[in-house]
Amino acid sequence: MESFTTLTGLVAPLDRVNVDTDQIIPKQFLKTIKRTGLREGLFYDWRKQKDGTQDPAFFLNQARFQGATILLTRDNFGCGSSREHAPWALLDQGFRCVIASSFADIFYNNCFQNGMLPVVLKADEVLAIMKDVLATPGYQLTVDLGNQTVTTPDGTSFRFEIDPFRKDCLYRGLDAIGLTLQHEATIAAYETRRKAEVPWLFADLPS
Amino acid sequence: MAAQTLFEKIWESHVVRAEPDGTTLLYIDRQLVHEVTSPQAFEGLKLSGRRPRRPGATLAVPDHNVPTTDRTLGIADPLSAKQILTLEENCRDFGITLFGMNDIRQGVVHIIGPEQGFTLPGTTIVCGDSHTSTHGAFGALAFGIGTSEVEHVLATQCLVQKRPKTMEVRVEGMLSDRCSAKDVILAIIGKIGTAGGTGYVIEYTGSAIRALSMEGRMTLCNMSIEGGARAGMVAPDENTIAYIKGRPLAPKGKLFEQAVQAWQQLKTDANATYDMTVTMRAEDIAPQVSWGTNPGMVTGVDQRVPDPRAMTDENQRQATVRALEYMGLIPNMPMTDIKIDTVFIGSCTNSRIEDLRLAANLVKGKSVATGVRAMVVPGSGLVKQQAEQEGLDRLFKEAGFEWREAGCSMCLAMNADVLQPGERCASTSNRNFEGRQGAGGRTHLVSPAMAVAAAVEGHFVDIRTWA
Repeated sequence: MESFTTLTGLVAPLDRVNVDTDQIIPKQFLKTIKRTGLREGLFYDWRKQKDGTQDPAFFLNQARFQGATILLTRDNFGCGSSREHAPWALLDQGFRCVIASSFADIFYNNCFQNGMLPVVLKADEVLAIMKDVLATPGYQLTVDLGNQTVTTPDGTSFRFEIDPFRKDCLYRGLDAIGLTLQHEATIAAYETRRKAEVPWLFADLPS
Repeated sequence: MAAQTLFEKIWESHVVRAEPDGTTLLYIDRQLVHEVTSPQAFEGLKLSGRRPRRPGATLAVPDHNVPTTDRTLGIADPLSAKQILTLEENCRDFGITLFGMNDIRQGVVHIIGPEQGFTLPGTTIVCGDSHTSTHGAFGALAFGIGTSEVEHVLATQCLVQKRPKTMEVRVEGMLSDRCSAKDVILAIIGKIGTAGGTGYVIEYTGSAIRALSMEGRMTLCNMSIEGGARAGMVAPDENTIAYIKGRPLAPKGKLFEQAVQAWQQLKTDANATYDMTVTMRAEDIAPQVSWGTNPGMVTGVDQRVPDPRAMTDENQRQATVRALEYMGLIPNMPMTDIKIDTVFIGSCTNSRIEDLRLAANLVKGKSVATGVRAMVVPGSGLVKQQAEQEGLDRLFKEAGFEWREAGCSMCLAMNADVLQPGERCASTSNRNFEGRQGAGGRTHLVSPAMAVAAAVEGHFVDIRTWA
C-alpha cells in the first residue's frame, strides 16, 4: 500500500451533508472486477443536468478544481453501502485525502486500506475552510499525518485525531494482511482453544 | 467478573490480540461472500499467492446481479454475467462453497445465511455488504466490511478492529395492529438520524422487541446501518433456538445441545451499562413512510410532508429543500396523498416467508390499482418454493403482482429491475438514496403491509384502518 506522510494540494469543495456511497459511485459501476478505472463513475449522477449534459455548477466539471487531491466535505460522508468502490473512485480521480466533519464507519475504514487519509475536523473549521475554498481560486491545504495537522495558506493549523495503530500503518504504507500474518501462531493458538470451547463453529461447510 | 453487555461478551470471546492503543485483532467465525464486492479480494489473494485460511468457514452466493425473470435465458448484461462467472471461478479455485444461480438455495446473502443455519448466536459474521447487520438478530456480532477486509478475512480469518461503543435501543409496549418491525426501525432511524449510531453497536431490547418473530428481528437489525451503526443485535431466546434447530448447517444432536447451553448465556447482565440508551414506546409508532432521500427522512403515514420553512436548523432545512425537490413533493401535503406507480416487495429487509404471508393475506381478493406496476421478489429460492407450496404466489398473481425469482432486484437495481426517471415506488427495501432504484427514481420506504395497501389504492393509506 502507498504510504501517506504529508500532502499539499488543491482542495475541491463538496458542500453537502450525508453524501452516501450510492452518490459517490452509482451501482452500474460496481459490475467491474477491477479496482481501477472508476473515475468515470465518480459522482456520476451529480455531474449531469436533467438533459444529460454536464452540469457546469458541479465542482468536478469546473476547471479551477481540476487536479485537486483533497476533497472537503461535510457531516456523515460515505454513509450507506460498504462498497470500497467509493474510495477507489475518489483515488482514481486523484484524491488522496478527504476532510469532513464526520464520516460513516465503513467508508472511514475503507480509506485506510487504500493509502487514503480521512481527516475529521470540527464542523465550524470545515465551514470556515469551505468558505475560503469557494472564495479563493487555487486554494491549497497541507495535510501532515505525522503531526496530525491541516494547515491553511495563511498558516492556521487545525489538529485532527487518529488512532495510533492506523496512523502508523498508513504512514509506513504497511500491508495489513502481512501484518496480521505475523501473528499466525497467536491466531492458531486462539483457534485451538476455541475449538474446544465451541466445537460447532469448526465444522467445515459441505462443498 | 464485571457485568457485561451482550456485545462485550461476544467481542471479548473473539479477541486474538490487542495493540497498545486498543486496536484489536478480532477472530471472524463466518464470512458470507457475494459477486459484487469479492472479485478484487480474490484477485488480491492470487496476486500475493495467499490461500484462504479456512475456506470451510465461508459461504458464497450471487445475488445482486441475478435476473429475477426466467434464468434459463441466462443474463443479458455481459458485465453482470462476467461478475457472476468470476465468483463461480473464484469459489472453485479457492475451495469455497457456492450456491449457484440455479441452486434452489440461492437467494439474497442475508436471507440464506439464517435460512441455512449458517448464522448462529455468539458468532462474529462479516460480509462485503453493509446489511450484514441483519444477522445480529440471532445475537451475533455481524457487520459489513470493504473488499480489502474481505481479502483480509479470507487470508487470516481475522480483522483489525477498533472496539465500538454500545447503544441500547429499548422499545417497550405493544405495537399497533398491522405495525411491524419495519415501522419500528424506520421510527428509530427517524429519531436518532442516519449518523446517530455511528461508532456504536446497537442492542435492541424491551418487550416490543422480545415480541418480534425472528423474521421481524432480522428486519430490525438489517437497517441498523441506516442509523449509522455497523451492527445491531437482539439477545437470543427460545424463538432463536427454535428457529435454528434442524436447519441444514446448524449443529446437530449433542453438539446442538452443547451450543444451546452456550447461547443461553448470551444476554446482557443485569448491572451492565451501555454508553448510550434510547427509549421508545411501541404504542407511539405509526406505520412509517419515508418522504426524503435518506432513511432518516421518514414520518408516520398519518402525518404531512415536512415544511422546510418551519425548520430552524439551516443544514436540515437545506437538506429538506433538496430532498423534496428530488422527490417531487410539496411541503405540508398529507402523506396519504402521495401517489405511487411502482411497488417492490423484496430485499434483505423484507422478503422472508413471514413478509410474503402477511402481504399475500392482505392482498387476497383485491387487485393492484390501474397504472401501478407491482412485483414480489422472494428472498431465496427456498422462500419462493415455500410460498408456492402455500399458494401465496397465486394470491399475488391474481391481484396483478408480478411473481419473480430470488435476488436483490430493485432494492439497488443492479440487474434489469430498474425504476425509470421520475417513477415513484413504494418499496420494502432499505435505502431511499437518490437514484438507488434507478437514476431519477423516487423511493418511499415502507413495510410489506403498507406496500400492499399502496399497490391496491395507488397511494399511501394508513394500514391500521384500511379495510
